[in-house]
Amino acid sequence: MPFSAQPPGSGERYVLAASLDNARHLSSLLRAVHFRDHATCFATANGLRVTVEDAKCIQANAFIQAEIFQEFTVQEESVILRINLSVLLDCLTIFGTSSSPGAPTALRMCYRGYGYPLMLFLEEGGVVTVCKINTQEPDELLDFDFCSTNVVNKIILQSEGLREAFAELDMTSEVLQITMSPDKPYFRLSTFGNAGSTHLDYPRDSDLIEAFHCNQTQTNRYKLSLLKPSTKALALSCKVSIRTDARGFLSLQYMIRNEDGQICFVEYYCCPDEDVAEGEL
Amino acid sequence: MRFRAKIVDLACLNHFSRVINTIAKLAKTCTLRLTVSKLYFILSDKVANGGVSMWCELCQGNFFDEFQIEGVAAEHNEIYLELVPENLSRALKTAQSAKAVKIKLSNKHCPCLRVAVELPSLSSSSRIVTHDIPVGVIPRRLWNDFREPSVTDFDVSIYLPVLKTMKSVVERMKNLSNSIVIEANLRGEMNLKIETDLVSITTHFKDLGNPPWASEDGGQSSTQGGDLEGMAEARIDIKKLQQLLAGQQVNPTKALCNIVNKKIVHFILLHEDVSLQYFIPALA
Repeated sequence: MPFSAQPPGSGERYVLAASLDNARHLSSLLRAVHFRDHATCFATANGLRVTVEDAKCIQANAFIQAEIFQEFTVQEESVILRINLSVLLDCLTIFGTSSSPGAPTALRMCYRGYGYPLMLFLEEGGVVTVCKINTQEPDELLDFDFCSTNVVNKIILQSEGLREAFAELDMTSEVLQITMSPDKPYFRLSTFGNAGSTHLDYPRDSDLIEAFHCNQTQTNRYKLSLLKPSTKALALSCKVSIRTDARGFLSLQYMIRNEDGQICFVEYYCCPDEDVAEGEL
Repeated sequence: MRFRAKIVDLACLNHFSRVINTIAKLAKTCTLRLTVSKLYFILSDKVANGGVSMWCELCQGNFFDEFQIEGVAAEHNEIYLELVPENLSRALKTAQSAKAVKIKLSNKHCPCLRVAVELPSLSSSSRIVTHDIPVGVIPRRLWNDFREPSVTDFDVSIYLPVLKTMKSVVERMKNLSNSIVIEANLRGEMNLKIETDLVSITTHFKDLGNPPWASEDGGQSSTQGGDLEGMAEARIDIKKLQQLLAGQQVNPTKALCNIVNKKIVHFILLHEDVSLQYFIPALA
């Protein structure tokens, strides 16, 4: 059912106006990147990108392309705003999080520009909720300078193969060590916790591995506490691509299919843990 | 002073347990008033409760197969006990498939409600699990503290929205604010609002309907006449409202609230054989 209530003062220009029949298409993706309170939203005619960062070494981006929305209009070339993501998620899920198939929550989102709050109009079963969320000065975002031409190793696997491994990672380990190689052990996840070291190897010819392009043996360590939130994105996704570049920077890209079968992406970038000496293994 | 009661019917037992679970969610300690025909769970408005009060009434005949009471004196055939409802709730948890539950007031070392749960067993003799719940006997001179509160001069009376929706909304709002404004008018409209530095949220409910007495002379003071759209409102502690809604495990037959502008919200939740009234005062 299309959301028809007119937002107040709709004669005024909104730099961003969007409508979505099912707010869950947005809220579930945002949850996949919700590991800090604040997020930067970046809107262009192509769609919406929501970025969350932590500790200056990890960045997560959720992409919701314009086609997912029933309406997506951006009046300027790009619109950027910083917002409290916890508050945004509470608003998007105001009618609850359980999926009742007959009654999705409809969403309309409007933003008048710099200095104005983000307005949300949510409707379910005839009940309307209006939210006004204050926005903040956008911070400068990290640029990981990760481009596909610098990729050294790349593996694409079905998410179900990684889900259990990630859910059971030994959290007493400070790091997650990822080894990717054209030779054995091909693809190995290791942790070094209080109880000992754990190594999980994936054989190159495993059914779960859809693509295996490893050119060089690389072993890199990443702070586990920073990577752990990516488990949320992994849980939602059907496929994941793991790439590293010459600097050891890690890119995890998750392909997520929503309730209507549409595809969206979430990516995590992480830089290697510098506290660890190179020779240690 | 004597009291003994017995429940044999499993459906009645489960129903009674549900009522106790609801009470346990609303009050840490409360007063149980026993009369020949009814049980009352009462919370009177003390500062320690945040000024909240509760009045829950059950007809004993709808739950108990046997019910005998001998009050403090012939002309005052009632017993008032102070108890922790969570203790009673926990005792009844063991009774989910019981053959019978007996409740008796006993005074071995100190006053207790002795709950004896008879459980089915494979052998010929039943297993009996007994819980002794400490209670305080409230002397007659204090009984006046526990009279039924009444709110006669309300400004608006309105039926509540679907509790499931109201519960979801209030739970989310509780993450964001300590207080919530409830406002309603005689056109069947109700709004729930929060406003903080970070966010303002308003949820609009329509077509809720107003109970018939809402337009009688006795019930209205300030909204007499044509002001059907005027809202009566109160800002209340959101946790108290959330506790009330979370405690409702079964949808009530009737759910409504009376609002006295800027003073108090009086919730009335009626089930077939239980009535629950909950009063939440407006914040200063």
